[in-house]
Amino acid sequence: MSDLTSSLPQTVRRPILSPHRIPGYALWCKADWVLRIALIVGLILVLLTIAAPLIAPFDPNHQSLISRLRPPLGFERYKAGFFLGTDELGRDILSRCIYGLRLTFTLALAGAVIGLLIGGTLGLLAGLVGGVFEDFVMGAVDAQIAIPFTLIALLILAIFGSSLEVMVLVLGVYGWEQHARIVRGEVRKLTGMPFIEAARAAGAGPLRIALRHILPNVVSPLVVQFTLNFSNIVILESTLSFLGLGVQPPTATLGSMVGVGRDYLPTAPWIVVAPAMMILLLTFAVQILGDWLRDHADVRLRSR
Amino acid sequence: MLTYVLRTLLKMAVTLFIIITLVFFATRLSGNPIDFVIGEGITQEDRQLLIAYYGLDGSVATQYWKFIASIFTGEFGLSFLERRPVAEIAAERIWPSLKLLFSTAIFTFALSIPLGIAAAVYRTRFVGSAIMVIAFMGYAVPPFVIATLLVLIFAYTLNWLPVVGDGTALHFIMPTLAMSGMFVAALTRFTRNAMLDVLGQDYMRTARAKGLPERTVILKHGLRNASITILSVVGLQIAGWIAAGSVVIESIFSWPGIGDLLVRSAIMRDYPVLQFGVLMVAVAVICINAAVDIAYAYADPRIRLAKG
Repeated sequence: MSDLTSSLPQTVRRPILSPHRIPGYALWCKADWVLRIALIVGLILVLLTIAAPLIAPFDPNHQSLISRLRPPLGFERYKAGFFLGTDELGRDILSRCIYGLRLTFTLALAGAVIGLLIGGTLGLLAGLVGGVFEDFVMGAVDAQIAIPFTLIALLILAIFGSSLEVMVLVLGVYGWEQHARIVRGEVRKLTGMPFIEAARAAGAGPLRIALRHILPNVVSPLVVQFTLNFSNIVILESTLSFLGLGVQPPTATLGSMVGVGRDYLPTAPWIVVAPAMMILLLTFAVQILGDWLRDHADVRLRSR
Repeated sequence: MLTYVLRTLLKMAVTLFIIITLVFFATRLSGNPIDFVIGEGITQEDRQLLIAYYGLDGSVATQYWKFIASIFTGEFGLSFLERRPVAEIAAERIWPSLKLLFSTAIFTFALSIPLGIAAAVYRTRFVGSAIMVIAFMGYAVPPFVIATLLVLIFAYTLNWLPVVGDGTALHFIMPTLAMSGMFVAALTRFTRNAMLDVLGQDYMRTARAKGLPERTVILKHGLRNASITILSVVGLQIAGWIAAGSVVIESIFSWPGIGDLLVRSAIMRDYPVLQFGVLMVAVAVICINAAVDIAYAYADPRIRLAKG
C-alpha cells in the first residue's frame, strides 16, 4: 500500500532554500550513475570553458624553446609547474588543452545554435506556409541529407580559407536539415489539433499562433536533436581541425593539437594523448546526455 | 512501382543538379582561381591565355553552361598542381579506396552482426549490457582519435604494424579498425534493436515449439527476418558514412585513395581536383542511395504492388 501511495504524484510545499529549486536537480535525482558521471564531467568542462583564463596556469601561446617537449608529471625530465608537459615549442599543454576546449566548445555551441535557428525557422515556415515553399524547403532537406556533409565542409573551407568565421559558418550549416525536418513534421501534426483551431477561432493571428501555440510544443524534440547535433559538431570540428582545415595555428583547438602533435608521436606521445582524452571526455559526456534525453523524451511523447 | 522508381530517379536528378550548381558557384565565388595558383612572374598575355583555357572569361551564364557541358563530355580540366587530367588522377585513386571499403565492410559485418544478436539474446545479462556499453563508446569516439591511438600503440610502442600506404596485408589492419569503429557501433545497435523486435514474435515461439534447436531458431527465423530492417537502415546511411570516414582515415594513413586526394586538394587549393572529387563522391553516394531505395521498394510488396 505504501508503495502505491509513494508513487503517486504529490504536491509538496517546498521551502525556499530547498535543493529542488536548483535547476536540473530533478534530472539529477532521476539519473543513474552513468548519467551522473556524465553530468559532473560536463559541468567541469563547462566551468573550464567559462573560467579558462583563471584556471589555465600559463598563456596557451607562450613559447619557451628552452623547455620544449618536456613530459608530464611523474616522468623523467618533468619540469615543475607543467603538469601535462610541454609541446614542440615549449608551450604548456594543460593551458593549451583548456583554451582548446574553450574554443571547441564555443565553436560547437555557435554552430549548433545557428543550425537550430536556420533549420527551425525554415521548418516552421515550411509547415505553416505550405505550398511551393514547403516543397522547396523539403527538397533542399532531401538534397542535404543525400550529400555527405564532409564534402560540403571540405569545399567551403578550401574556397573561403580556414578562419574562425568560416568555421562557424561550416558548423552552422551542419544539421539544419534535421531540425527543419523535425519542426516541419511537428508543425504539420499540431496544426490539425483542436487547440490550434480554437486559437484561430478566438481570433489569433498566424504569427501569434506560430510563436505562442506551436513553437512551445516543438521545443522538446528540438532540445534532443540539438544535444545530439552538438556532439556531432564537436566531432566534426575536431576532425576538420585535425586535418589542418580548421582554425589555423597558433590558436589551439583540441583537434588541431592532436593533428599537429601527431608528428611527435614516437618521442612525445603526451602532446597527443592529453587533448585526445579531453575530446573523449567531451564527446562522451554530451553523447550520454543526448542519448538519455532522447530515450526519456520518447517516453513522454508516447504517453502524451 | 514504376511511379515510385520514377519519383526516386527524379529526386536523384534534383539532388545531382543541386550539388553541381553548388560546386560551380562555390568555386567561382572565391574569385579567379588562376591568380591564386599561378603566383608571381606571369605575363599578362599568358594570364589571359590561361583564363581562356580554363573557361573563366565570359558571363556567369556561359561559364555555367560550359561547366555543365564539360560534365557531360568528360572534360574536367587539368589539375593545377600536377598538370594532368583530373579524371586520370582520380581514377588511380578509386581502387585503393574500394579495397579499404571492402575490408572495412567485411570486418564491420563480421563483428557487429554476432555482437548485435548476442546483445539482444542476452539482453538482461551482463554480456548484453557490456556489448551495448562498448557499442556506445564506439559511437562517441571520433575516428581520428582511434586512429591516432592505434598508431601510438601498435606502430610506435609495439612496433608491430606499418603506418603509411597500402602495400601489404598488414597495412590494412589499422585503417580498417579505425574506420570500422563507428560503423560497428551503429550496426551493433541496429542489429540488437531489430533482433529484439523479432524475438518477441509468435513465430519464434512456434519455431521453438516445433523442437528446433535454439541456434536455428535465432539464426534462421530470427536473423533472417531482422535482416530486412537492418539492411534498410544501413543501406540508406552507409554511403554517406563511408564518404565521411574515408576522408579522415585515408589522410591519416596516407592511403592513396579518394579521401586522401580530397583533403590534399582542399589544403593545396587544387580546385579542379577538389571539384571533380567532390562531384564524383557525391554522385556515387546519391546513386547508391537511389539504388538502395529502389531495391528496398522492390523487396517490399506494399510498395511494389501499389498503384500510382
